Amino acid sequence: MRTALILLRKDLRLELRTLETVPAMVLFAVVTFVIFHFGLNRDTIDGQLAAGVLTATLLFASMLAINRLFVAEREQGGFDAFLLAPVDRSAMLLAKAAALFLFMVALEVIAVPAFGLFLLGPSLGPPLPGLILVLVLADLGLAVIGTLVSAIAVHTRARDLIGPIIGLPLLIPALIATARAAGPLLRTVDPASAPPGKWVAILALYDLVFALLAYAVFDFLLED
Amino acid sequence: MPSTTYGKGLRGLSLATILTIGLALVLVFFYAPLDANQGFVQKIFYIHVPLAIVSLCGFVFGALMAVGYLRTGERKWDMRSYVAIHMALIFGIGGLITGSIWAKASWGHWWVWNEPTLVSFLIVLLLFATYQPLRFSIEDPERQSRYASVFSIVAGAFVPLNFIAVRLSTQYVHPRVLTLTGGNLPASMGLTFVISLIGITLLYTTLWKYEMTAKNARSQVRRLRRTLLGEDSVSPMRRSAAPS
Repeated sequence: MRTALILLRKDLRLELRTLETVPAMVLFAVVTFVIFHFGLNRDTIDGQLAAGVLTATLLFASMLAINRLFVAEREQGGFDAFLLAPVDRSAMLLAKAAALFLFMVALEVIAVPAFGLFLLGPSLGPPLPGLILVLVLADLGLAVIGTLVSAIAVHTRARDLIGPIIGLPLLIPALIATARAAGPLLRTVDPASAPPGKWVAILALYDLVFALLAYAVFDFLLED
Repeated sequence: MPSTTYGKGLRGLSLATILTIGLALVLVFFYAPLDANQGFVQKIFYIHVPLAIVSLCGFVFGALMAVGYLRTGERKWDMRSYVAIHMALIFGIGGLITGSIWAKASWGHWWVWNEPTLVSFLIVLLLFATYQPLRFSIEDPERQSRYASVFSIVAGAFVPLNFIAVRLSTQYVHPRVLTLTGGNLPASMGLTFVISLIGITLLYTTLWKYEMTAKNARSQVRRLRRTLLGEDSVSPMRRSAAPS
């Protein structure tokens, strides 16, 4: 646990000093909203369409972070140093997943209000608590699967390609659940006050299963 | 590994496969009744459903073999997992194409989105289609096996989860012929279906075994050539997605 905290602090400090990943993700997300505005030719969207646009944008923006997650470790020999240290290897999974989770939260803190400003028809205020719950659950799943995929992809030759092509299909069920849970919240007419329990439960279950799975297999990705 | 074990039982297995598939075809065309609504085209069901089921089971089988590799570190497990997934992919593409033909014939569209089984199958196939590119882009053979095993375990566990998520998200159109409550097939159709399923399963097993035998025999030949004729006689392996 302490190891994970130290690793996480290192990642966050690295991000704060270089400001490489999160600003890029934010820009990417905002540009994607503009693209959706022209692509759909709509000034405002609501309901399931809005939920889908938001989820897809966040998912694609997360790919940027997933691609970069282990790059410093690989290029600067961080993997070797970590393997030499007498620490539990799962700490790496925990630290990286936490870092990815925080990156996603930082992205959403800016991107979700931007979405409300640019595209969303109904006001962002009332659905916000429900939306936060859904997005936190989605980020958890994304953090776990993203870390796993990134750890697989970073040692391949075509890592920028392998990461997304493995990651996106793996995340489709999470995307379905997130979009379906957020859809009723964002309706203009008769918005739901809470996200549908069925989809929140599926999302939580998906997070749990992949967290356990990642914990079980992650060690094998670090051996050398 | 003594060379005599190669291809053991392969002849019997091949014969059983040919006989069962032959029997299944005879039953499909001469015994099973015509479907009242869909007529003759419904007979593709006897190929499509077994292909899809066997392909999904093949993916899960590949995942189990991959667990074997991570536990033991022996390359034969990785080879088994690779061949299982690669065969399941071929069967899966067959299942997708036959499913598409059936959908066109009975619903009028080549592709139907509100059809959970079809959509989840496509997602699973898209995920497993990355298996070969992943292997191919890792050069170190040991790392290739290890990473591919991790991938197949994660992807194998993904198969049922994905089916649950997609099924819940759509309304049913697909005929629920195989339900836990006993289904609604007449006995003659049920028998034909079971024979077809056994036939396709045997086909999968036979092809899996053939490929395993071929790969084992090839590496054995290379090993023998290297010992008898020296290192230079064997050309270096081309980089490949397959374990060697």
